Amino acid sequence: MPDKPDKPVRPPRIELSIPAQSEWVRVARLTVAGVAARQGFSIQAVEDLKVAVSEAINNAIQHGPSSAEGEDVPMVSIAFEPRPQGLWIVVTDGGRLERELSLDKPVPPTPEHDADLPEGGMGLLLIRSLMDRVELEGGSDADTSLKMWKALPRKESVRS
Amino acid sequence: MDLKWRIKPWGEATLVELEGEVDLHSAPPLKAALLEVGSAQSARIALDLNGVSFLDSTGIGALVGVYKKTREGKGQIVFFGARPRVKRVFQIAGLWNALPFYESRDAALAVLLPAPLVTLPETPVPAEGEAHAG
Repeated sequence: MPDKPDKPVRPPRIELSIPAQSEWVRVARLTVAGVAARQGFSIQAVEDLKVAVSEAINNAIQHGPSSAEGEDVPMVSIAFEPRPQGLWIVVTDGGRLERELSLDKPVPPTPEHDADLPEGGMGLLLIRSLMDRVELEGGSDADTSLKMWKALPRKESVRS
Repeated sequence: MDLKWRIKPWGEATLVELEGEVDLHSAPPLKAALLEVGSAQSARIALDLNGVSFLDSTGIGALVGVYKKTREGKGQIVFFGARPRVKRVFQIAGLWNALPFYESRDAALAVLLPAPLVTLPETPVPAEGEAHAG
């Protein structure tokens, strides 16, 4: 989907593939910060994107396919698609969507007792809160992709 | 190293300073180190978040886990110095008001320690710390 139909130039896409291991998540954070800063996102929006990307990759590492002994470590791919109005980020792993991924509207917990305080399961809540659109794609024979969109505020979309 | 922590005795409390990023990689070892401090009976811990440049839900999970464990042992743990970006993550998770966050180190330590150990009182106060200076 080119941004301008009369100009058949492929829209930019930056791809990164990291081993599904925790020590590499940081590399994806550095990358999204670089791409987003170039697009003119605010400092806070860049921080939001870093959290959202980390959560999506954490999810892929923790719930995606695990490698059998002696096999290669599975990979997680992260694609960045900067557009004049914002940024698409697609995080894909080799999972088959058997995991539970609720994209319901996030409802922050209101814990009243220590025991109610959550120690996990907050990743998608954060992604849904920090990004403007979140879509989940997958199937029984397809890799699982989490697609997220962060819009640029209008006045900030001048730089390219 | 993505994250460093420094554990210092502070009067009868323990001050833990964090520096760096708390994420899927660094949260588990941080949690283990803090649990070692927090599992002592009646532990009193102040966690300095000033140096935390990034924190995601795995970081929240680690700190919540340590908070619960410390409280189970009749201990107390407080947090201070969270930058806006860290505060924002806790707020979205709905935990900013559920956990004991303080603005400054003095405010955090005042909760943990009897008054004389925090600031030098102008007039002598009883050791039990019930009196108000001035």
